[in-house]
Amino acid sequence: MNVAAETIAERPATPSVDGSDTVIQAHGLTKLYKNARALDGADFRVGAGRIVGLIGPNGAGKTTALKAILGLTDFQGELEVLGMDPRRQRPQLMRDVCFIADVATLPRWIRVHEAIDFVAGVHPRFDRAKCERFLERTKLKPNQRVREMSKGMIVQLHLAIVMAIDARLLVLDEPTLGLDILYRKQFYQSLLEDYFDENKTILITTHQVEEIEHILTDLLFIRDGKIALTTTMDEMGARFAEVLVSAAQVEAARALHPIDERAAVFGKSIFVYDGADPEPLARLGEVKRPSVSDLFVAIMKGTYA
Amino acid sequence: MKALVKSPFVWLLRREYWQERRGALWSQVTLAAILIVLSIFGIIVAEAARIRAGVNVHFVTGGDIGQTLASALSHDTPGLVLGLDSMMWTFGLMAALVLSFTLFFYLLGALYDDRKDRSILFWKSLPVSDTATVLSKVVTAILVLPLIALGVTLAGYLGEQIVASIWFAAHGLNPFTLLWAHWGPYSTWLHLVATIPVSAVWALPAIGWLLFWSAAARSKPFLWAVMVPVLAGVLNSWIALLRLPHVPIEFFWGNLVARPLLSIIPGSWVTTYAANPGFVIPADITGIDRTLGTFGTMYQTLLQPEMWIGAIVGTALIAAAIWFRRWRDEV
Repeated sequence: MNVAAETIAERPATPSVDGSDTVIQAHGLTKLYKNARALDGADFRVGAGRIVGLIGPNGAGKTTALKAILGLTDFQGELEVLGMDPRRQRPQLMRDVCFIADVATLPRWIRVHEAIDFVAGVHPRFDRAKCERFLERTKLKPNQRVREMSKGMIVQLHLAIVMAIDARLLVLDEPTLGLDILYRKQFYQSLLEDYFDENKTILITTHQVEEIEHILTDLLFIRDGKIALTTTMDEMGARFAEVLVSAAQVEAARALHPIDERAAVFGKSIFVYDGADPEPLARLGEVKRPSVSDLFVAIMKGTYA
Repeated sequence: MKALVKSPFVWLLRREYWQERRGALWSQVTLAAILIVLSIFGIIVAEAARIRAGVNVHFVTGGDIGQTLASALSHDTPGLVLGLDSMMWTFGLMAALVLSFTLFFYLLGALYDDRKDRSILFWKSLPVSDTATVLSKVVTAILVLPLIALGVTLAGYLGEQIVASIWFAAHGLNPFTLLWAHWGPYSTWLHLVATIPVSAVWALPAIGWLLFWSAAARSKPFLWAVMVPVLAGVLNSWIALLRLPHVPIEFFWGNLVARPLLSIIPGSWVTTYAANPGFVIPADITGIDRTLGTFGTMYQTLLQPEMWIGAIVGTALIAAAIWFRRWRDEV
């Protein structure tokens, strides 16, 4: 399995197919910490109007990559975000980039109206009326302090502020961590309904892959500081296949070079294939597109071996 | 003016004020209120003693003693003006005391607290440069917080005047001619306001030193900021005891220990008067104002090497704090 995953990693990064403007372009992105390589020559490109999931195991370099994109950390290699160098042009870049880095980053002392006044004062792209419309749907009161709110309410406030900013790139780092299920559903629903359009790009990292699978247009798998897979969801459906194979067919299935095999119910097995010919697969059993989390497991298995 | 009020930098100052309101404003107001309440207690004690003694004091305007006293008091008797001046000074000193503590902890927390609670990630998600962020904290320390302190000083003085006016009026004395007609205390107040730029330049090394550790320390900025100079001072004194080459002990404790920690105390630059006998404070400056010197001597201290060398060191430390704010990478 390890071998199969590495073959994928060694393939040159496929450029996004949309052909529209490039929002993020990274080449040989590397970050060395004292005793570790958080990023090890990562290459990737994110186009405009995409919703990209940056997915990888803990310590794979997800957060470091986001920090580099947001200009929060120094790095080696090339990285352009909206045509700017995040190291040198962070304040300008933040006019067009928003980020939510998990739920608890609003200052605890601030009141709702102070947060809005402040962002309205310093951010040229903030639409106050829009923000207030979003807040009307919530139970937040203008004089309420963040320290008096539940996690779910804090994220409602943060999201109302961010969605009222006409930015071109939104970066979300585990945005729903620690939220209960109602707020989590609501979070992504608001983003899709009231925020996302073809001029905006969203880059998300999360452990709850199932939750965002239906909204993603692109996948970036990251492992050991390198990009292990980059694909659009459409390409992924064409390239990867998952087949449910009965016990009698297992040997035939193995002969077709699966990248992953796992047991299913009733003695059957599930095989995942990369770029296999669909004809022989169809003879083995029912073929479908693997879920993002199953594909993730198939590709990342070597990491934990 | 309108453009200035709406500029992003003013919003940064406003944010500092929202966050520091409790320490900066309410602790000042509380202390001023306590002073006024204490003076009311004093008046009540005096009145109670008078009533028990059966003395009835009432000045009738036009009456012999009343007129003498009233005219004596209203003719700018130095004693009365000195009393009113002292009142302004008392409020000012109390405000300076509170301000010293406020500034010390404000500066130590200014770049550390939001790293600790990770709200730095929210602040850094906005199009504000780290230079502007750090400078907003410097301006808050040298201008906004001192102005608040002096605003409360003036308000406290006026409150005390009102209390005294009621007391005077109750005994038939005219508070307007006796208490309110004197310019002296207000000129003292302006004198205090005029110290703000001098105190700001004098305090730069401390502002820089405290902000530096606030931005640079991974944890416990207080310990770093205090222990580094104090332990260095002890070490230097110990080396001196061994009669090995060392920095002059007094110089070390004064300029390398006290200055980076204590020069945020408003008006502590008056120590440069004693150190430089060249300063002559004219004899016509009397009363408590003598401590501060004239406007001229106040601003002359800015030419002293200890002032501008300190300002250069302080500016360098602030620049280092900006660098750490930009690149400290831990969240």
